[in-house]
Amino acid sequence: MNVLDKALGVHPQALGMRSQRMELLARNIANSDTPNFKARDIDFKQVMQQTQETALVTTQARHISQAEADPTGGVKYRTPFNTAFDGNTVELNVEQAQYGKAAADYQATLNFLEQRVSGIRKALRGE
Amino acid sequence: MALDNIFSIAGSALNSQTVRMNTIASNLANAGTLSGTDQDAFRAKRTVFKAIMDQQVSPHDSTYKGGVKVLEVKDDPTPVRRMLDPGNPLADAEGYVYTSNVNEMAEMVDMMAASRSYQNNVEVINTARQLMMRTLDITKA
Repeated sequence: MNVLDKALGVHPQALGMRSQRMELLARNIANSDTPNFKARDIDFKQVMQQTQETALVTTQARHISQAEADPTGGVKYRTPFNTAFDGNTVELNVEQAQYGKAAADYQATLNFLEQRVSGIRKALRGE
Repeated sequence: MALDNIFSIAGSALNSQTVRMNTIASNLANAGTLSGTDQDAFRAKRTVFKAIMDQQVSPHDSTYKGGVKVLEVKDDPTPVRRMLDPGNPLADAEGYVYTSNVNEMAEMVDMMAASRSYQNNVEVINTARQLMMRTLDITKA
């Protein structure tokens, strides 16, 4: 099992994170007319770094892990270009563009994953 | 998987926007409504949205993870107009009738905004659905 995990690389985790980001953006779009709603987004680079081996290693009980230091999981509030009267910071055009990009990113990760899966399959068949 | 949640989130938005469009339709339908007293005059209704926080349970017992709901439907505080029309059967002792405070222009603009928001959320669902189908196809790779 461990071997298969390694063969797939970082992509399964990346796929999960990409879909999480899409969920967050969908939430922003759904709340585009909600008073005082603040748009949020994930800092993908930061979250990916935390899952890599380069992340801080805790070797003692008193070490603070990165997850503890940032319990938000990389979710941050968006800084809007313009402010609205009702305190809403969702800018529909921005969110739409980001959602489209996130969908493309998801497909990119999916493509990598598909390649890995077909590679494993070829190796198993011995073709 | 997080992609499933998108359906309930965007679905809640479709629901809320539908309520909003319904109130707008009601406002427009009642734009010409007259009444004999100030209290009875029709006042435009406004929907107030509220974000659903994580893990909140909907009335239908399904768990939404975020989304939007209609918090309340409020009356527009704009004063109603008083019009002198002694011939009207609804007129009060002084011959005045009270019109609704519906601003048809504002309602039309609001309706366009609501339908645009609705379309946006439909697109969100479409994209999520396509990605989900593609993810399922990974077994055929």
